[in-house]
Amino acid sequence: MDRDRTTRGPVRRNHRGRGLSMHHHGHHGTETALLGPGGWAAAILLVAALAAYPAAVSALYRRGTAWPASRTASWAAGCLCVGAALVGPLAERAHHDFTAHMAGHVLLGMLGPLLLVLAAPVTLALRTLPVRAARPLARILSSPPAAVLTDPFVAGALSVGGLWALYRTGLYALTHTDPLLHALVHAHVFAAGYLFAFAVLGGPDPAPHRPSPPWRAAALVLAIAVHNILAKTLYAAPPEGVPAEQARAGAELMYYAGAPVEIALIFLVCRPWILPRRRTSDGPGIGSAQVT
Amino acid sequence: MSTPTRAQPRPRHGRNLTAGILLGLGTVAFVDEVVFHQLLHWHHFYDLSTSDVGLVSDGLFHAFSWFATVASLLMVAALRRERAFRGAAFTAGWLTGAGFFQLYDGLVHHKVLGLHQIRYGVDLVPYDVTWNAVAAVLLVSGIVLWTVTARRAGRSAATTGAGA
Repeated sequence: MDRDRTTRGPVRRNHRGRGLSMHHHGHHGTETALLGPGGWAAAILLVAALAAYPAAVSALYRRGTAWPASRTASWAAGCLCVGAALVGPLAERAHHDFTAHMAGHVLLGMLGPLLLVLAAPVTLALRTLPVRAARPLARILSSPPAAVLTDPFVAGALSVGGLWALYRTGLYALTHTDPLLHALVHAHVFAAGYLFAFAVLGGPDPAPHRPSPPWRAAALVLAIAVHNILAKTLYAAPPEGVPAEQARAGAELMYYAGAPVEIALIFLVCRPWILPRRRTSDGPGIGSAQVT
Repeated sequence: MSTPTRAQPRPRHGRNLTAGILLGLGTVAFVDEVVFHQLLHWHHFYDLSTSDVGLVSDGLFHAFSWFATVASLLMVAALRRERAFRGAAFTAGWLTGAGFFQLYDGLVHHKVLGLHQIRYGVDLVPYDVTWNAVAAVLLVSGIVLWTVTARRAGRSAATTGAGA
């Protein structure tokens, strides 16, 4: 519908580098086509999440309760990671560049979720919500389905198994033509990443079904192994519709950029287990008990 | 084990050894990744002869090696806090662990499973011999030191038991 305008795109791109995205920025019609409805929904949700957390913290503060600034910072950084993967230049490049897609995967499914989990949003919600809203939330957390979903092996299978299904079936190619499927895959990658980080760390939010540290560490090591094996097979055999060069660069990025997040997870699982804090090492809800 | 009596610091020989073995594994994997993959570019990220079993074994090896490194360093910190860190026992574990996993990588990964070779486009024999000889020396000296420190730990445990 906008064809005569888009033909000017490449000319501007030549002397501007980012010309194409600048061009689309002015015309909402083409931008929605690029972002898709999922992109807009993600942007709105992110802004809401980014605003709600400090609002809750300041509500606590007015009541005279302290909340660690590091958690607020972690929340903001997590939102930015997720945002960078879903909206903006990286998300646009990810449509045709597998390496950019993989950078997005590390931000959306690994680093972003870890930072958000460390911000303990559920603890914050339980403290600030009125009791009649907080009680159902607590009940959901301790329900049997939550026990299954927050098992580290189940969460790991959802997360890494989901990736395996994405790249090893025709699903990845389909996400480029079906915007709804594209949005669903992004939502799954993020949700499963969050669930896995939470299940493996068993906190700082209340985790009533948390298994023992060796069990969580075993799930983590297994998930890291499967993630790395997947990266190597992507290097060897590109997913449907991805050129070999891009697949190789993307696979190496998946392997090496994922490693720092994996090491951080290992450290966070092992520290309270092997090197517990001297005094307050015995209480169950370490993260939530120490605040106030 | 989690709540030792305050009065006498326990020798913790086994924990020192375990921490050493874990760091030995971590060191081998780290040297493999940093020196041979990244700096020298001798190893390849993937080579076409790689078998599925080799891929799985390598994936588990590297995932576990990160865990081993982190867990070992935290164990050392915990031992030092208890003033129970023993350098000799830790070194015995480190040598044994490094030797064992270097040998595993050199024999099982490179030779049996054909994951990748040490270097490409050269005569492999001197490389393989050096690699595995280094591994064997590490492993043997580790086992020797292990025996020595275990005997010493047994003796000191006997004397602390008598009230030293």
